[in-house]
Amino acid sequence: MQRTVLLAVSLGLAAAMGSALAAPVNYKTPDEVAAFKPGPGLEVVKGNCSACHSADYIKTQPPMKDRKGFWQAEVTKMIKVYGAPIDDADVGKIVDYLAATY
Amino acid sequence: MLDRRDLLKGAGLTALAATLNATRASALDTVTLPFANGERPLVKYPQKRPMIGLTSRPPQLETPFAIFNDGPITPNNAFFVRYHLSDLPYDLDPDKFTLEVKGKVDKPLKLSLKDIRKMKATEIVAVAQCSGNSRGFFEPRVAGGQLANGAMGCARWRGVPLKAVLEMAGVQSGAKQVTFNGMDGPVSDKTPDFVKALDIDHANDGEVMLAYGMNGEDLPFLNGFPLRLIVPGYYGTYWVKHLNEITIIDNVYDGFWMKSAYRIPDTPNNAVEPGTAPKATIPINRFTIRSFITSVPDGAKLKAGAVTLRGIAFDGGKGIREVQVSTDGGKSWVNAKLGKDLGKYAFREWKLPVKLAAGSHELKVRATGHGGETQPDTPRWNPAGYLRNVVETVRVTAA
Repeated sequence: MQRTVLLAVSLGLAAAMGSALAAPVNYKTPDEVAAFKPGPGLEVVKGNCSACHSADYIKTQPPMKDRKGFWQAEVTKMIKVYGAPIDDADVGKIVDYLAATY
Repeated sequence: MLDRRDLLKGAGLTALAATLNATRASALDTVTLPFANGERPLVKYPQKRPMIGLTSRPPQLETPFAIFNDGPITPNNAFFVRYHLSDLPYDLDPDKFTLEVKGKVDKPLKLSLKDIRKMKATEIVAVAQCSGNSRGFFEPRVAGGQLANGAMGCARWRGVPLKAVLEMAGVQSGAKQVTFNGMDGPVSDKTPDFVKALDIDHANDGEVMLAYGMNGEDLPFLNGFPLRLIVPGYYGTYWVKHLNEITIIDNVYDGFWMKSAYRIPDTPNNAVEPGTAPKATIPINRFTIRSFITSVPDGAKLKAGAVTLRGIAFDGGKGIREVQVSTDGGKSWVNAKLGKDLGKYAFREWKLPVKLAAGSHELKVRATGHGGETQPDTPRWNPAGYLRNVVETVRVTAA
């Protein structure tokens, strides 16, 4: 009983002071569950792509006829447009993994 | 000192805190959008009901389409979410938040949220729609967020006209454009920050708004808390979230998100032959006109006989003049009854009682705006998957 009263008092005080409303947002997104599918080159892809976006960015892309051309263009866009620091040596591995896996 | 209302308020705050801190990943179920590779998790985020999860970092959430049948106002907890870059201001402190107004102005400003809330408020009911809404239906398919029709929503926005803030700052002669930057940004400094621009006359039209309120509440965090730009009739790309920097410039802004991204073909209807590239492009701007049947989903089985079809229509700001419905695959059309007019930028509800004989039916809906523009019978195409507004078809079977 006493506990209930104390809880009520502290809740009431928080409301009365309005301090809780002005606190930083501290928004928490759910844990990231999307994962890259297994395949040759997976570690290179994880190391290069995960810094900026989750794996579902890749997983949800449409099935294309020219998969290699499509993924080559996407990887080039990530490097040229968005400044992804991908080593030249890794580009081919990433494109091969994406074309074979997605 | 303590009364029942305080207790309720206290409980509400605790509940709010609890919902903001939900850390458990929760794929509740999956849905399959009606195009190839359309399987998506239903995900639960703080302040949101279960939404169609497109991506998790940065978060992108699509509204389950059935919600649009609940009324012309999309609830805050069902409103779609679209980000470009992964560094979100998850810890932002509304007490320390400031909006900076700078550049070609006589008096640069730093306004707190309190300063802005003290100004004379205005409200507008307006649709926000992602440029890439419905991109998943493009044929041939194109790269980008593969959305069905749920990256849109209509809300009552509350805030202050951008014009009033620009007047306070005193825009200098020679100003050409105004740029808008939010607190969200890239994780790498090599990635162009998300900054958008409007022409000065557009920014000063009295309708473009800095909004802190949405449907009677604060903006949800993922919809731009504590302040976002509202650009009525224009695609969501301009509706910068967590807006904290406005710059008046005397040239045309040439940042990536204006100069290279969010471009549409400079052709009639902004379309090109499917699979081809346009020769010249312009920045995306106003919505194309659209309409939807919301009361029956594609593939539904209905009882033969009388049924009232319902839905919504909207356009880029002329307002909806009429909505026509066909129950025979587009051979004949009947005018639907329009619902309450919430303003020329809002969803306009429509309804029409029809009789469906036993058998299969192709239901179609087509809106016409006050400017006379209407929806095409076949889809128009552009390489980025924007502007979709083909006449929608819902196939049902009555028995």
